[in-house]
Amino acid sequence: MRRWLLWLPLALLLVVLAFAARELMKPADRTVYSAMVGQPVPAFDLAPLVPGKPGVSALALRSGRPRLLNVFASWCIPCIAETPQLMRLKAMGVPIDAIAIRDTGPAVRDFLARYGDPYHAIGDDKTSQVQLSLGSSGVPETFVIDGAGRIVKQHVGDIRADDVDAIYQAWRDAK
Amino acid sequence: MRRLGLLALLIAAAPVAADSGLPPAELAYTQLRDPAREAQAKALMETIRCVVCQGQSVADSDADMAGDMRALIRQRIAAGEKPEAIRSWLIARYGDYITYDPPLSGVTLPLWLAPLLLLALGAWVARGSFRRRKKSST
Repeated sequence: MRRWLLWLPLALLLVVLAFAARELMKPADRTVYSAMVGQPVPAFDLAPLVPGKPGVSALALRSGRPRLLNVFASWCIPCIAETPQLMRLKAMGVPIDAIAIRDTGPAVRDFLARYGDPYHAIGDDKTSQVQLSLGSSGVPETFVIDGAGRIVKQHVGDIRADDVDAIYQAWRDAK
Repeated sequence: MRRLGLLALLIAAAPVAADSGLPPAELAYTQLRDPAREAQAKALMETIRCVVCQGQSVADSDADMAGDMRALIRQRIAAGEKPEAIRSWLIARYGDYITYDPPLSGVTLPLWLAPLLLLALGAWVARGSFRRRKKSST
């Protein structure tokens, strides 16, 4: 038996330890991203949830004009935190549609009255089926959709003040 | 004293609800009538990751979203869809991360091949040492 082979297990162990140390050093990103970015919005048609606002469908998202699709819920606290940013985007001229997850009309009406209403349309997704078809893993999430109905960007979590520019830019680039 | 007061306030604080108040989806906690299909659905649910509570399968989790994913799986199985088709549908949405049964790909190749390679290496080492022992005993 060749002598150097004796060192092989130790060398392998060191490789494994180095790998483990490297992985321990960098903080893990546990965010679940959608694999649908770059693809057309899957077919769906959601009924309206509040009076005076239309529902949302894949067809309506193919409007020739880029839009934001915000996945939210009235029971979700970070959704409250992001409303000022959505209001700002709306004021900048960005059309925003929404999918309300596991929600009721009165609760959403109350939410919009209290925190502001940035939405053009709100679709009712009582059992998260459309959320699942988008590859979304929670609320809030925001998708940038181009004029042809293709998803060009996903923002996971609430939109902070310093995220607004990047989202606005992605919306402008989607044209 | 002030710190103590703050701590007391913390104890009294109520956790904020992170789940909706809506009842679970129809098939989230109800089995399918056909036991064969329910068995198929259950087997699939046990290998699909809950994206909210990432260490659990959707069969194990009580999160709203896991319930909705169980409902989705049962509905599709009941409609006659094959479990592997549903798995691919989910992988197309969430990537390989969603399944606990990782498909063979460039990234997972070491995962599949390493045990086989190690086994072969072990057999080779064992063969060498057995042979030597035989030689020394004769």
